[in-house]
Parts: sequence; C-alpha cells; structure tokens
Amino acid sequence: MNPLPFIVASYAIAIVVPATLAAMAWLRMRRVERRLAALDPRALRRAAGRRRRGMAHE
Amino acid sequence: MRGGGLHRFANPGRFLRVADKALPWLTAGAFALVGAGLVWGAFFSPPDWQQGQAARIMYVHVPAAWIALWGYAALAAASAASLVWRHPLADLAAVEIGPVGAAFAAICLATGSLWGRPMWGAWWVWDARLTSMLVLLFLYLGHIALVRAFDDPNRGYRAGAILALIGAVDLPIIHFSVVWWNTLHQGNSISLFSAPSIYISMLWPLILATLGYSLGFAAIVLARLRAAVLERRLASLLMARAEEAERRSFAAAPLAAP
Repeated sequence: MNPLPFIVASYAIAIVVPATLAAMAWLRMRRVERRLAALDPRALRRAAGRRRRGMAHE
Repeated sequence: MRGGGLHRFANPGRFLRVADKALPWLTAGAFALVGAGLVWGAFFSPPDWQQGQAARIMYVHVPAAWIALWGYAALAAASAASLVWRHPLADLAAVEIGPVGAAFAAICLATGSLWGRPMWGAWWVWDARLTSMLVLLFLYLGHIALVRAFDDPNRGYRAGAILALIGAVDLPIIHFSVVWWNTLHQGNSISLFSAPSIYISMLWPLILATLGYSLGFAAIVLARLRAAVLERRLASLLMARAEEAERRSFAAAPLAAP
C-alpha cells in the first residue's frame, strides 16, 4: 500500500487544525480589543500605562 | 494556604501584561520549530527499517499525543487551583484549555488512524492505548459541555473542575497501557529514564516538532485566555454603563403625584 496519501493527509490535519485554532483565537482577541477600545478608549491604554509606571518605579 | 509566587501571575492585570510580552515570542518560536521539525521529518529524516516511509507520520502524531496528555494535565492543574483557591483566572484557564486540548487529542487519533491503515491494515482497533486515548477525547468533550451547561457559570466551573480531576486518572493509564497490556500499538520509544530506541536523525526532528507544537499550544491558550479576560472586562464595563444609565433615568424622571 502506498503510504504517501496517508502521510500527506496526516500533515495536512496537523497543520490546518492548529492554524485554524490560532486564527480563531487571534480574531477573538482582536474583536474584543476593538469593542473595548470603541466603548472606552482608555481601557486598553490603562494596562500599558501601568506597565510604563511600573518600569519607572523599577 | 496561599499559592505563593503563582498568585502574582493570577492577577488579571499582570496576566495581561505577561501575555502581551510572551505571545509574539511563543508564536514565532512555534512557527520556527514546527516548520523546521516537519520539513526535516518529511523530507530529510531516514525511513524506518520496518515501517518505511509511513513512519514519517510519527512527526505529527507524537507531538499531538504529547500535547493532548500535557494539555489535560494543565487542565487538571487549573481545575485543582480553581477548587482550592477559587481563583477566576484558573476557571477561565480550564475553560480555554479544553477545546485546544480536545483538538490535539482528535489530531492524535486521526493521524494514528492514518498511520494504522497502511501498517496494521485497519483504521481502528480496540487496543488499550487507542481506547484510553479515545476516553481522553471524551473527557475533554465532557468538560467543554459541562462548564457551559449551567445558568450560573460558577457551578459549571466547579462541576468541570471535579470532572477534570477525576478524569486525570486516565493519564497514567494512557502512558502505561503499552506496558500493562499486550497492545498492537508499539511501546514507548522515548523515556526520561533510558536512552531513546530511535535513531538520532529521527529523534531531532521529533524533538523540534514536539517543542514547536508545545509552544503553539501555549500561544493559542494564552491568546484565548487573554481574549476571555478582556471579554470579562467588556462585560463589566457594559454592566456599569447600563447601571449608570438606569440611575440617570431615575434621577431625571419627575416624581409621581401622591
């Protein structure tokens, strides 16, 4: 039995499924960031501000 | 009892800052290592003396199995933290690990089936290793369903955590199934306590692919967890706005005559 189709199918599954999961996670992250920024532009900046202040204290 | 240093990272604000810094590195590392491991495994590693070219499926099957097992261990650890410390971030971590771990368990079973057909002449056999791995997939799916099955999310988290901890008994069963029972599935080729039984030019691409997929798993879970934390912030912001609007409308309304 020629194993090539089985190898190709395995690699396709192992690449497409994690890539889809990663793309879905990234889109979900961007969507909530956009909604948060639209609702309260300071909400996302606050974390960065805290980071800068923290570094200044260090 | 306190969680010591781990509690520092359980603070949502600190978690977001750590996630912001770690995500680009994890993603880049995952792409580089998975790319190198799969290209090496598919094109430059030698065929197996017994299984021939079909052994190349190992470079995707073994990392998927490894992540499905360690993913469940992480799910059980988050569930234990949720039950002991009642920390909301542990609940969210368990919820977000579930679907990713289930996907890797499904990849493991699918690629194993694609490996079994040319080698054993069968897509599936009710062998101890395969069956215990299928049970792991069902445990993941059960956890996903259970945490979403209650109107009160906290009850769902508690029920899911108990299921995850009970289900953790499947992990040693999967690992030792090839030792305890006479299985069609081959024994472990790599062990922490003995020299690997596979050739070094096959071992390196396997290590690279496994490390790469592990980083990819961490990146996906971190991105999902980051999104979940921001969704909670969004929900509390929307609720605060709605309460404020309601208070203003009460204050603006004229008093009704007695």
